[in-house]
Order: sequence, then structure tokens, then C-alpha cells
Amino acid sequence: MPKRTDLKSILVLGSGPIVIGQACEFDYSGTQACRALRREGYRVVLVNSNPATIMTDPEFADATYVEPLDVATVSRVIERERPDALLPTVGGQTALNLAVALEEEGILGRLGVEMLGASAHSVKLGEDRLLFKQAMQECGVDVLRSGLARSLAEAREIARPFGFPVVVRPSFTLGGTGGGIAFNSDDFEGIVKRGLLLSPVHEVLVEESVLGWKEFELELMRDAADTCVVVCSIENLDPMGVHTGDSITVAPQLTLSDVEYQAMRDDARKVIRAVGVATGGSNIQFAVNPRTGRRIVIEMNPRVSRSSALASKATGFPIAKIAALLAVGYRLDELPNDITRKTPASFEPSLDYVVVKVPRFAFEKFAGASTVLGVQMKSVGEVMALGRTFAESFGKALRSLETGRAGWTTPAAADGRPPMPRDEALRVPRPERVFAVLDALRAGAEPERISEVTGIDRWFLDRFAEVVALEEELRGAASRPLEGLAPLLRRAKRHGFSDDDLGHLLLRPAAEVRAARVAAGVAPVFSRVDTCAAEFDSTTPYLYSCYESEDEADPSGTPKVIVLGSGPNRIGQGLEFDYCCVHAARAITAAGYESVMVNCNPETVSTDYDTSDRLYFEPLTEEDLLAVVAREKPLGVVVQFGGQTPLKLAHPLERAGVRILGTPPDAIDRAEDRERFGELLREVGLTAPPWTTARDASEGISASRRLGYPLLVRPSYVLGGRAMRIVYDETTLAAVLDEALEAFPGRPVLIDRFLEDAFELDVDAIADGRRVVVAGVMQHIEEAGIHSGDSYAVMPPYRRVPREMLGAIRDATRKLGEALGVVGLMNVQYALKDGTLYVLEVNPRASRTVPFVAKATGVPFAQLAARVCLGETLDALGLVAEPPVRGVNIKAPVFPFRRFEGVDTVLGPEMRSTGEVMGRDRSFGMAFLKAALGAGVRLPEGGRAFLSVHDGDKEAVLPIARELHALGFGLIATSGTAARLRQAGLAAESVFKVNEGRPNVVDRMINGEVDLIVNTPLGKESFYDEVAIRRSALDRDIPCLTTLSAASAAVEAIRARGNGPVRVSPLQEATP
Amino acid sequence: MTRGPALLLLEDGRAFEGEAFGGAGTSFGEVVFNTAMAGYQETLTDPSYRGQIVVMTVPHVGNYGVNASDAESSRIQVAGFAARHFPERFSNARGERSLGEALVESGTVAIHGLDTRALVRHLRSRGAMRGVVTSERTAPGEREALLADVRRQPEMVGAALALEVGTREPYPYGAQDPGRPRVAALDFGIKRNILRKLDAWGLAVTVFPATATPDELLEAGRFDGFFLSNGPGDPAALPSCVGTIGALVESGRPVFGICLGHQLLGIALGAKTFKLKFGHRGVNHPVRDVTTGAVSITSQNHGFAVDSASLPASLELTHVNLNDGTCEGFRLRGRPVFAVQYHPESAPGPHDSDALFDAFAGLLARRA
Repeated sequence: MPKRTDLKSILVLGSGPIVIGQACEFDYSGTQACRALRREGYRVVLVNSNPATIMTDPEFADATYVEPLDVATVSRVIERERPDALLPTVGGQTALNLAVALEEEGILGRLGVEMLGASAHSVKLGEDRLLFKQAMQECGVDVLRSGLARSLAEAREIARPFGFPVVVRPSFTLGGTGGGIAFNSDDFEGIVKRGLLLSPVHEVLVEESVLGWKEFELELMRDAADTCVVVCSIENLDPMGVHTGDSITVAPQLTLSDVEYQAMRDDARKVIRAVGVATGGSNIQFAVNPRTGRRIVIEMNPRVSRSSALASKATGFPIAKIAALLAVGYRLDELPNDITRKTPASFEPSLDYVVVKVPRFAFEKFAGASTVLGVQMKSVGEVMALGRTFAESFGKALRSLETGRAGWTTPAAADGRPPMPRDEALRVPRPERVFAVLDALRAGAEPERISEVTGIDRWFLDRFAEVVALEEELRGAASRPLEGLAPLLRRAKRHGFSDDDLGHLLLRPAAEVRAARVAAGVAPVFSRVDTCAAEFDSTTPYLYSCYESEDEADPSGTPKVIVLGSGPNRIGQGLEFDYCCVHAARAITAAGYESVMVNCNPETVSTDYDTSDRLYFEPLTEEDLLAVVAREKPLGVVVQFGGQTPLKLAHPLERAGVRILGTPPDAIDRAEDRERFGELLREVGLTAPPWTTARDASEGISASRRLGYPLLVRPSYVLGGRAMRIVYDETTLAAVLDEALEAFPGRPVLIDRFLEDAFELDVDAIADGRRVVVAGVMQHIEEAGIHSGDSYAVMPPYRRVPREMLGAIRDATRKLGEALGVVGLMNVQYALKDGTLYVLEVNPRASRTVPFVAKATGVPFAQLAARVCLGETLDALGLVAEPPVRGVNIKAPVFPFRRFEGVDTVLGPEMRSTGEVMGRDRSFGMAFLKAALGAGVRLPEGGRAFLSVHDGDKEAVLPIARELHALGFGLIATSGTAARLRQAGLAAESVFKVNEGRPNVVDRMINGEVDLIVNTPLGKESFYDEVAIRRSALDRDIPCLTTLSAASAAVEAIRARGNGPVRVSPLQEATP
Repeated sequence: MTRGPALLLLEDGRAFEGEAFGGAGTSFGEVVFNTAMAGYQETLTDPSYRGQIVVMTVPHVGNYGVNASDAESSRIQVAGFAARHFPERFSNARGERSLGEALVESGTVAIHGLDTRALVRHLRSRGAMRGVVTSERTAPGEREALLADVRRQPEMVGAALALEVGTREPYPYGAQDPGRPRVAALDFGIKRNILRKLDAWGLAVTVFPATATPDELLEAGRFDGFFLSNGPGDPAALPSCVGTIGALVESGRPVFGICLGHQLLGIALGAKTFKLKFGHRGVNHPVRDVTTGAVSITSQNHGFAVDSASLPASLELTHVNLNDGTCEGFRLRGRPVFAVQYHPESAPGPHDSDALFDAFAGLLARRA
């Protein structure tokens, strides 16, 4: 059946802010869907609160609403736009849940909106484990034995026959939040209680454990004619028990015979039919008992998922795009395979390579969090690598991670046998378990034994053992001249060894190994991802390197520019930078060049084969880039869009004779190197807070005495405030210096005087080497000391910043841009204290706020910056002055604290947010309300506000308290704050602090008697009190404001809420 | 296990070096590639691969070993085997021994470590061709003589391989209860899974040699219908089989053909066959049922095909390959006679096409 003509307008729901378990893969899927639907002539209406997404760029939809993803707001959008249909399957679980809520509240029915792809019923079947289990049993597919419990007693009853371990999963939480595996009855009780609390329906599933079984996933597509294809099979290296998002995974599956695989495929087809996914993609997970072969279905997602993004990148089959087209009536056999162009999409891709995905974690950001992996996802990003064999891909994936490893090895590899790791390091899944496995093999353990302890299939361990044997062989060849080693080097490269690995093992610099191997003809070739194992010709340059014999890159004669992507998502470097890279590629193409993207992150839009003219799915390392450069011979490389990852590569590339387009790498040094930065500021007559640098702890401590406390301490060349701390005394300073020096050996530590109670402002600007134009000025709502990525920010600046000071900030930005010779984007952070302007940081590169500023002004700065890098002038591009800001725009951060039990949620200079949302409206209060709603902060309309502020804030809290009182809030406060409130004539009830007696404030919170918290940090003595308050607030979803400026903004938002329903407006309209 | 260098040489002189695996020796055949990602044991033992050196496109082959129950015939049939990597050991509870052991035992010459993608790209653009895989004659000095030997081998066009691989004597397969419709299956190299399926669909099967005569088969009332199996080689080289099949059709009883059986039936009914450039070998080929519009993902293994343009008016095209538009099935109008080019019995491959067995069993049930 061709596409439906009864539909004219389709509403697409995005997935909102980046959180763990729901990241930029949904920007990828949403962008694909929007593009596909628009190309078919549908009017596309999009709602997504996340401004850093490509999908929310105005050109991807006809009406783009950067608004909160909640029933009330989306209802307003539907009323305004009156779409014919809603596509809920490309925006993750957020979109699905929201669509079901809209359906259940009768809004879709009342306004005549048809749900496409999945029905409310199929969503429920996918999510409600009991219904799912029933459906599976009816269609003859084996499932886990389990039961639903609404109380601890019920849970115990269900678990009795299973024995331990037992799995507990709360119903309807994202990414399995709050679930766990209980190994004893104490564990069990704790996990069940928490799960009941976290589940919105207060229900947990208790099920038998399949810990240690093999885990597989199938990605299916189904069309309205019931044609059903498996796009990709995925095998988890980590056995059951580790969330698939946290597992190392491999595609295609490698250890099942066709008989077993086809039986799984049969099951999958039964599942997709039983759940009733009419059209689109589904992800189905299976567990297989390695001893008996018993196979059970674990779960299914009736939508595009993280695994679908991986499967799309792994196979070249664009799942989200096809899902969107199937939803509007096309059949698979009516759609072409984009890669071959001659064959239809109704086929199953065949891979003649192996794909490995490795997750990236950020535990270093969450001190105190357990690094043990379980059924709840904890990783913040992932890398994918392609190679002709498992070992080749695996080695490439390890070096793509950017965790400091060369790949298979570390410098310690030179020494040979490491000590045998403890069994615990092998048995308990942690991010570094795979390295313990390698060490165990190096120490002489048998693959059989490791398989027994870890549950990892021996097939994989045999491959690792081959790698370890090759290491030994290489080590043995260290004394021989490189010239004679070509066959060994080729063999090593075919097993995924990097030049750095070879350097470690052959005791030579990596560059020397590289030169020798290239001279001996041991160089990679590029193969195509073609969906068909070379059966048909591919016209799409989607490439990966391998050490085979034939190169298929086939570059054209058109001048090329390489864009370096940003690698795996991590905290501080995520979607925003991918957004910039995608824009850069598009601008390069628009300017008549061929854009060449290099990246290794499968979740992104940048690694879609039709984002750039040519795509290299490769690790972002010197070695891999030099190979791409050698093949493509580009005009130059742009490094300023992908965050810190490409910046670090700028110097090595330049040294190798590669032209860096845009701001010269030396300018990056001038901005980062404190001495040179000091000179720069003196040159342009600007001030920084007093500072010093230290290469060791004692130097730091003595220098700091000169500066005076408090101090801001951080390593150089890092993003996201990694290891950045504010310290108030020398003892802490010593510890912090040790930590920073250890985390980043060889890099000096920067020590600044910390400006307490200063305002911070963030400025993005663009320059062409002649002219510097300010793109936007943002003011942080919180005072200095909280990382800019974790602050609420408002654009334009909203108050307390005198007009002339804004002028001074713009002047300073211009001077800095000119002095640094910026060509492209730059970002400057300022602090304002007592009438003095301080320059905190200059970053001559794209910043995290570029997409936000672009959305607030309607100007695509990243594209303009790419054009400038290519040599165009701002004049010629028509950007001569700072553009006006449209309405009030507020950026709010979103945090992953819920994933990390026991971690304090107080904010500081080390960034810990995973994502952000944008609220835009005409007034500050309404924009803040929308930002808060988007970030999942449910500001109450009334109830009780708890106030507890430090002495310095006791005056300033009064207007906030008055306002709350006027809004009808009851006030409760700790003794000191309560006294001050009463003194000011406000009725305030006193409550105990946690250590003062019972019932204390946490008791009141648990009893549901607190609806809003204003708690400013009171110093060390009440530390534990505050941690307990913040943690309880988090668990109970009570908004907790830790600065008065945020409190004041929140109160303004609560007032705005009283002024009637939220107004919505699309980005395509000039003012909100 | 044979170790050391191995060579795969094509008749156009292109050579691929790798390492030896499996049996020692030198083996000639038509070099073809298969894109299935699992199912190597079924492929190795499929008699349709007789005379062919099979290159697997999936990089790692042998991961789950081999076992007695997944074999499609009593032996390894291929002339030679190639993959990017054959792991030494397998890991799977159903595995009984390693692929290497099985290859050694059958004396099958295999090669790995070569650039299989380059080889496949070559075959894709130049077409399937004769070649050799050797663990003995790898020295560069021997290359020319080896090439001359390759070029002396018979071509696949005109090869009557189907007469060599099947049974020599008729035998009953599976349950023979008196109530079951009786089917005579002509064995041109029949895969076990076809027999398993016919049995599972309630038919009493007797397997006959490819050389069985119409008299034997049509002996009054002995069989209710006929099955024409898959098999290797060129259908046009089997005129006597074509004659027999013509007689079976004339009997008015149901006839069902798969793969080579499809091609032979086509010729018997007036269509022509031709050799595909590099064939269809894999488990991901989309086929549309022309009458219902339904699309199935099918298992395929054939180098020759029925030319759709040559179908006489009496034949109705029922199935089309969506990748290249070739004929995947037809039926004889007004008669219970039909055939498909692909493998509805799978093994390896998806189980999407059981409906064809339903159809055949249904026709027989109606007669009974």
C-alpha cells in the first residue's frame, strides 16, 4: 500500500533532555523520522524540550515546539496545530508514555488524533510485565517465572519458590530505575521497598533470576502487510544481569547456530505480532541458558530504541526513517534500500564485518556511587567500532573510548605477566571487568575457567586469548628491527592493535612503529558498510578501516573538509557538540565542498550516513585520523565543533602537516595555558581572578597562601569541570591537588581565587579573523561556583547586571576574539563581583550553549562558523551585529542522581548534569516554569515550603518567604531561619534538623508535608543534614532549591503558573 | 589439521593467499559466495553445493561447531570452503565436534585469513567462475600450472551433477502409515530438511533416484503426488529427468518442485533456464508472492534460474525475487503443479514459507 493521503499533519514527540538510558539516539531517530515525513509532504509538528537536538532545528519540522513534554503542554500544542496523527515511537519511552497519557485522558480522541505505529494497548503490553507475560504465554513463547507485588509481603510470597538471586523491577520506570538483583533477604527487602516507592503505580515485578545466561537482542521491522524482517541480531558479551545499555555488545550474534537463531527469530515474530506493533521497529531481548539452550523472552520495546540506533549504524539499515514511513502506510517492499538503491528495504542485512559496542561510564563524577553494574543502566555514552574480525573491532572500540588506554594495552603491557586478578574482579560486573579478564589471560588463566567465573561465552575468551598470545609474540620481537616485522605487524593490526599498543609492546614510540609499518605497506584500507556483505554495489560512502587488501573509499575529486566528531557521550561532552558537528557538515556541503565526518558514537545524528557526504566510522585517535586524511586528502580539518576530543588532536594533526581550518591551534593553547592566558589578558587590559598554577602539591599549597581562600582548583585541558573543586582550607587543598594531579598526570593544575557570590555570565561569539560578533549573552541564575553546564541560564540577562556592564562584556569579548585570532566560534565566561568584571575562561571553540543560543536568536551559528572556517567573511554571510533575542529563554539542567544511590546532589564546579531543556516565553516567570517542567521539576502550586538558609542569606530570604506566603504557601523552617521569619512578621512553623530530634524535616518530607524546599548550604557542620534533605527530596520528587537566586526564580514561576494555562508557540514564529 | 599457507586461485588468474584449514590437498570447483551469517553446517552438507568452493561472507565460521542433527546430508558436499576466520574451538552446548575436525575427516580443503570481501566483490563483478583451493600447490612457481589445471576443469554450464549426488536405490522416508498420502520424491540431491518437512506435514515419502523412470513412478495408484528436489548443476544437462517430469505432470497428480526441481519442471513445461551471474546464495532474499502480495525472507542457493520471459502462457508466475526481479516460482494453470526456486524448507534460513508445504499437503489430502 502506498502512503496514506488521508493524513496531512503529523505530530512527532521527542524524548526531552538527555538522561541516562535515553540519550541522543532519540535525536537521531527523531531527526530521521521528521525528515522522512516532510519529504513525503506531510506537515510535521514537533514537540521536544531539548534545545540541543538537531530535530528541534526549525528546518526539520513545519512547527517546532521547544516546550515541556507533559500532557497539559502537549495538549495545548495539539489544540493549536490540530494534527491528524501522532507518531510516538521515535521519542523513546518518554514519548510513548506521554502518548498513552494523552490517549487515556481522552485528548487524542477528543481532538481526532490517530496514534501511528503503536497503539496504547501495545505500549501497555510492552511495559506492563504481567500483561506481557500473559501475551507471551498465549503465543507460545517462554518467559521468566514471575509475579507482581504491591507490598513487601506479596513480594516475599512470589519469590519463595525461586531461591536467590531474585530480580526486582519497579513497573513503569525509565531504563529500569530503582530495580536490582537481591542475593539475600536483606537486599530483597531494601530493593522491593525502594521499587514500590519509585514506581508510579507502586508495583514491582519479582522474577526468577537468569543471571549468567547469555543475552541476545533482535531488532525487527514490521509493515502493515505483516512483512517482518530482522534488521540485526545483537549478542551481549556480558551475560544476563547487566543492563544491555551497560553491556559490551556484538553484532551479528556469533555463538548461536542457525537452528537456534531461527528459533529465536520465530519467537521474535510471534512477540511482535502478539504485542500488536502494527508497523515500525521493535527491540526484543532474549536470554539463553548456555547449558540447556532454554530460551526465554525478557522484554520488548514496541518502538525505536537505543539498540535500534546501534543496529542502524551497525548495518546501514535506517530503522527510524523506515519506521516513520511504515507508519504512514508504506510497505517494506515499496521502500528502497538507501545503500544499494536497487534492492528493497524488505530484506535482512548481512554483515561481513563484526561490530562491537562498548559503554562509557562517568563514575568519577559521582563519588561514593557503586560501580557495580546491574539491571539499572549507569553508562552515559557508548562507542561502536567496525572491523573484519571480532578482535579487530574490539581493539578499535577500546581505543575509541578515550579513557587513556591505547586499546588492548596500557604502558604496563611492556612488563608481561600481570598478577592474577582476584575472582571478585572477574565475577562482579564493573566497567573495568573486561580488563581484568584480559589480565587473567595474561596471567595464565584458562578461558574455560574465566568463562565459568564471568559467564562470558568461551568463544569470546578464546579470541581474547589469541590477542594475549599475540601480545607475547610482539613483546618477544621488541629487540628485533621493525623492518623485519611487517607480517607480525599486519597480523597485530588485524587483531585490533593500535600503534600505541604496538609501541608499548615493542618498546618504541608509536610514531616510529607507524612510520615503519606504513613504509612496509602495512596500512589500513577502507571497506563499506553496504547492508549486503558485498553482494550488491554500494553507492554510499559509509566506511570503516581494516587491514585487508582492497580499498573502497573511492574519493571523488571534489575538495573535501573533514569534521571531527566528539566521540562517546560523557558528562560535559554530549549532544550539543554533535549538534555543532552536524551543522558544520551541512554548511560545508552547502558551500560546495564534500563534508567528511569522522566519529565513533553510534547514538548520534553525525554518524548517520546521510548527514555528511562521506562518513568514516572510526576511533578519534591520531593514528586513525591520519589514515583517513591520507585517503581523503582534504583541504583541511575542522576541530572546533566536537568539544575537547578533536581539540586534543589539533596539534598532532598539525604536526603531521594537516591543515586545521578556523582558529589556529596555537590560540587554543593561549587560552588554556595559564601563563599565556595571563599575557593575553594583560594585552587586552582585562582581569582574571588572582591565580596560580602548580605541577605538584607543595608548589600549589605555598602559592595558594598568596591568593587567599576560597580557591577554585582544576586540571588544565578538561571539559565539564572534571576534578574541579572549590576549597576553603589547606587540608582540603592538598587532597584536591593530589586527586587532580593523579587524574591528569603531566598536566598543571590551575588554582584561581574563587569569587563568592559573584554573578556569572556566559558569552558565545563568532569571529572571522576580522570581526567578532557576539552571538548571545547568558546569565547564570545561580551564583558563581556551580559549573556553567549545571546552572540555570537565562538569555537575555535578566537583572542585576547594569546595562553598561553588558557593554563592557561585549567589548571584552570582541577584544579577546581579536587578540586570539579566532576564526569560528568562541565562548567566554565572566564573573561580576562588586562592579568588577573578571574573565574566568576563554574557549576558542564551539561551546555547549551554541544550540541554545541558536534557538534563542534564530541564527544557525554553528553553520556560520563552519563557513567562516572555510574562509568566508561574516560580512558576506550577512552577520554584522549581535542578533536580537526572541523572548526570554531559560536553560535548565537535568541530573542523573537517581541512578547513583547515596551520592550527594549538591551542585559544584564539577559538571554532573547529563542534559538540558529550554523554556521560552514572554516573561521570565513563565519561561522558568517551562524550563522547570521540562526538567521534570514539579513546582507546586501551593502547600508547604520548607526554608533553611545560612546566616548570610537570612535577610535575602525574606522577600522570597513573603512571596511564598502571598501565594498561599505555609512556611516551615529550621529554628534560626524560623526566628528570622517570625521577626519579619511571617508565620513560620519550626521544625527539627535531622540531628536535632524527631519528627525532623526528613520525617515531615516522608509524610508528604513538604512541597518545596529552599536550602542553601550552611557549611561543613550541617553537611549530613543537608545531604539527607536533598536525597529525600530527590527520592520524593520535591523541588529543592539550593541557592536563593534559584528560589526567587522558582517563586516567580509559581506566580506565573497562577496566571492561567501555559502558552505555546513554535520556533518558526519570531517571538514566543 | 592442515597448517601452513593455502591458496585460492580463480580461472581469471586472481589469487588469494591465506592459511590452510581442514583437509590437505587441492580441490577444484566453481567458486561461489554465501551471505548467510549462520548455518555453515547446513551449507557444507547441502548436496546442491556439490562441485563448488563456497566462500562465506560472515567473518567467523565454526563458532558453534557441528553436530549430527543439523546435517543436510550424510557428508560434507562442497569441493572447498573459505572464510575470513575459522576458529579452532567451538563454544555451544549443541555442538558435538569442531568444524575443523569435520573438514579433516571429510578431506575438505579449506582456507582462511584471505580477504573474503575482496573475493566476493570480484565474483560479484566478474561472475561465479572456476577456481581451486589448495594447501599443496601454493608456491608462486606453481601458479601457472595450477591456473592451467583450473581452466581444464569442466564448466558448471552443462554439468549433470544431479545424477551423481542422490540415492541409487529407492527408499521410504519417515512414517508410512496407511492413512498418509503417498509421495514419490525425485532425489537430485535432496536436503534432509525437505524430507523432514514432508514427513511432518503428514506425507508418506518414498525417495527415488534421479534416474527413476515414469513407469516406476506412475505405477498404478502407487503415489498420490510427486516431489522434485533441489540439487546441483545445470538443469539443461538433464533431458531424461525433464522427460520423466513431463510424464508426472501428465498424470494429473500434484507435483511440487524446489530449486533444481523448479528449474526442471520449468523446462518440462516449456520454459527456459539460464545461468545467473553469481547466483543467489544466502538467507535474506525477499520474495513476493504475486497473488497475495505477501513478502517472505527466503533461503536461497542456486546458480541457474528460470527465465520469466520464457514462461509459456500455460504457466503463471507466482513468486518474484525483489532484489533482481527473477522468477522465484510458478504454477501450471488448471493443474495441481507448482514450484519455487527458493528453499521453503530453510535449513539454513528463515521459516517464513511453510505455507508451501501446507499447499502441497492440502492438494494431496484433497485427492486422498
